[in-house]
Amino acid sequence: MSLATPLASYLLVSALVFAIGLAGALTRRNAILVLIGIELMLNAANLNLIAFWRFGPHPEALTGMMFAIFSIAVAAAEAAVGLGLVIQVYRHAKTTDLDQMNRMKG
Amino acid sequence: MGIAFYLVSALTIAGALATVLLKKLVHCALAVTVAFLGLALLFLQLDAQFAGFAQILVYIGAVAILVVFAILLTRGSELPAEGVFSKTWLVGLAIAAGVFAVLGWAVLRTAPWLPQATHAPDVTVNQIGQALMGRYVLPLEIVAILLTAALVGAVIVAMHEKEGTKE
Amino acid sequence: MQEVSAFTPQLAASGIARVLWLVPAVPMVASGIIAVLKQPRRKTASGLAIGSLALSLVLALIAFGHVLAGWAHGAAVRETMNFTWIQVGSANVELGWVLDPLAAVMLVMVTFVGLLIFIYSIGYMAHDENYTRFFCFLSLFAGAMLGVVIANSILLLFMCWELVGLTSYLLIGFWYQKPSAAAAAKKAFLTTRVGDIFFLLGIVWLFAQTGTLLFYDSGAGSLESLALGGLLVHHAAWGLTAAGAIGLLIFAGAAGKSGQVPLHVWLPDAMEGPTPVSALIHAATMVAAGVYLIARVYPLMQAGSLAGGTTTALTVVTWVGAVTALFAALIAVAQNDIKRILAYSTVSQLGYMMAGLGVGGVAVGMFHLITHAFFKALLFMGAGSVIHGCHEEQDIRHMGALRGSMRTTFLTYAAGMLALCGFPLFSGFWSKDGILGAAHAWGPTRWPYFLLVFGALLTAFYMTRQVSYVFFGNWRGHGHAHESSAVMTMPLAILAFFAVTLGAIGTPAWPWFRAFLEDRTTASIEHEPGLMMLMLTSSVIVLVGLGLGWAIYGNKTVEAEAPDALERMAPPVWAVLRDKFYADELYGATVIAFYGWWARVADWLDRRVWGGLVAGVALLFRGWAQLNRFLDVNVVDGSFDKGCEELSNGGGLMARVQSGRGQTYLRLLAVAVVILTAILIWSSRG
Repeated sequence: MSLATPLASYLLVSALVFAIGLAGALTRRNAILVLIGIELMLNAANLNLIAFWRFGPHPEALTGMMFAIFSIAVAAAEAAVGLGLVIQVYRHAKTTDLDQMNRMKG
Repeated sequence: MGIAFYLVSALTIAGALATVLLKKLVHCALAVTVAFLGLALLFLQLDAQFAGFAQILVYIGAVAILVVFAILLTRGSELPAEGVFSKTWLVGLAIAAGVFAVLGWAVLRTAPWLPQATHAPDVTVNQIGQALMGRYVLPLEIVAILLTAALVGAVIVAMHEKEGTKE
Repeated sequence: MQEVSAFTPQLAASGIARVLWLVPAVPMVASGIIAVLKQPRRKTASGLAIGSLALSLVLALIAFGHVLAGWAHGAAVRETMNFTWIQVGSANVELGWVLDPLAAVMLVMVTFVGLLIFIYSIGYMAHDENYTRFFCFLSLFAGAMLGVVIANSILLLFMCWELVGLTSYLLIGFWYQKPSAAAAAKKAFLTTRVGDIFFLLGIVWLFAQTGTLLFYDSGAGSLESLALGGLLVHHAAWGLTAAGAIGLLIFAGAAGKSGQVPLHVWLPDAMEGPTPVSALIHAATMVAAGVYLIARVYPLMQAGSLAGGTTTALTVVTWVGAVTALFAALIAVAQNDIKRILAYSTVSQLGYMMAGLGVGGVAVGMFHLITHAFFKALLFMGAGSVIHGCHEEQDIRHMGALRGSMRTTFLTYAAGMLALCGFPLFSGFWSKDGILGAAHAWGPTRWPYFLLVFGALLTAFYMTRQVSYVFFGNWRGHGHAHESSAVMTMPLAILAFFAVTLGAIGTPAWPWFRAFLEDRTTASIEHEPGLMMLMLTSSVIVLVGLGLGWAIYGNKTVEAEAPDALERMAPPVWAVLRDKFYADELYGATVIAFYGWWARVADWLDRRVWGGLVAGVALLFRGWAQLNRFLDVNVVDGSFDKGCEELSNGGGLMARVQSGRGQTYLRLLAVAVVILTAILIWSSRG
């Protein structure tokens, strides 16, 4: 069946979720929330992929969906490692406050 | 059915906003779960059933749990004294707004040229399996390695120091 | 290169001529060995010295015999042995020795008198702690003097000449701790140096003009007719030929060594040395070296003279000699030191010798040289004996009546004194008469003759004065005088014998000496007319002098500190004579003062001008270095440091971007993405 909502709507939603995720990653102090924001951004990108796949010329090639699936897998792996790092950093610095972590200072 | 779309989108966006704005970390984790759910529903609406269910399984079932564990392990339940937002939160917000503006502008400008909806594809899991083992076997294997590496890496990284020195 | 030349050719070089170089070499080697001996080995030192000189004497006698035999057979000997020492480009520096009658008689005289004095020194220096050093120097001197005698190369002669001067310096200043002795040695060296400079100029000129350093070289030598002819052609300044000018330059050197006026000032001061030194060097040999030199280069001095005439060079020689003879005799009258009287007497007699060479030729001058060597050495050694006997007293006013306590010394001294005065039939009479006769017959003028005659009178006078003071009258010294040991009196006796008899070789009745030196037979030498008259005149002069002296000083009893009889008579005259005509003072005020002033000027120049220049340059460099340092520190370093600082600051500024906070980086990333996307969209318009 064809869809009622146009592609642009999905894209806008995806953009909005992406922007919100970015805002969260850029403004919150806690490192874990930064990671959550990044997950949100990844998800928004996935939505973008699926939307274009659906509205694209050859949906039966499954290209878009495969891409999205692989993206989900990678995101999961990245979340695992990232959170492990946050835990390790917490053990060292006794805090997850990003404002205080400036060891990379030049 | 436009209304379903709007409802689900609203849910997703609300969930995302809640994630970013709530103070307590656990609440944020729960909110992001809601966002994940909304997105999964959107996938379903787009006839990507496998992706939708994969999303629910992986994201809600694994990543969200992982996040909760991390929050627990880092005492995220305690609220920091200076507040949850960074000192320069306005800059971050402005940047995010800028990003949204650019993306939105891009979409709206190219809206007339975007393709129309086509006939729904008949995607079966069999087909997906065939594709995974056929055309996408290399990425599959690489992702498998990646997952293994991530697993081992996460364990090593997060291991307690005393045990880490023995390796 | 072996060369043989002779008066008459076709005479092979004899064995003795070939080994003649040993005569000076043996004493020099002995000197070298003694130099490394330790001080206590006195017997070894004196034994070596005497042995070496005795060997030289033997060789000299053999050489003399050889030459004599040659003369007797009518073929006079002049054998040379020359060799090239250095070759500089095309010029050869040649050395060599010659054996001819002149050299032969001089060799015998030097070695014989030298040997006697060496033996005498054993006794005289017995109490001196530097005994070995003394014999070392004595031996060196003997070797050098003999080298002068046999030299056939003017360069070799000059080298030995300088060596003789050096040993004279060493021996005069033998007791160098005494300031007066050190000063006297210096004076001797410097004064003779003045003469030596002219001598060197003469040598260089001669070599440049004739191209050879050798005197006799089979016709090519500088004293042979070819070279002399060449020299006569060249004209130097003031109407002199090159021969005359070179001759005068060489005479300047001889004048220094032989104490002619005005370079005589060192000889009396040289009496600071031990008496054997005075006897050997300043009476018999070294001072005679100047006379010998003129005799040796006589062909040069005589070149250009017509038969019976004379050259400018010889005229100068004559006048200088005559003036010296009188000048010194006058001074000798007023001296009170026993050795100083003899010293001035030596100067006077050297004047006689030079005058004799000038007026009469080689034989006349050399004859007096030979006889003088014997009786002057005798007189000096006798004086040494007297000094020893009076416990190192040298002032004649503190002696007296020694004829009783020092009999042998007195008798020998008297013999020598009479010979010196020219008492008839003593050796000095014949030799002096030869000179007076030649002066009387001299072409240009008779004035030298008168000067010499007056000098003879004075000689007799002052010697009588000295003998009276020392051996007659009353004893004015302290303690007892005692006779010297046999080792000292034996040589005295030997010399006294010769002082009396040596004249026999030169009497007009048998002029062997002249014949020998000039390669003639005795019969061929004619006597000058009026010879008997001359001999009578000179005898009278001598007796007048003796009589005058005896009359004034005689066997009188005088006080030690009382003024001299003559002094009482004419105090100002006495003062002038005693103060040596103020020659030393004159030199002190002129030459030495000038030299001192010049030394100060040079010092000022050195310190202020050159030193100032050097300091100025140094200052310049320092200033330059300071400037460089300033530039380096402030400009170069400063700018570099500043630059680095700015870079560092800039880096610091830029590093602030790296806040170390991940969120910041993320924001920047996002901004970049926005910008890029915007660009992309913009560029895809239309």
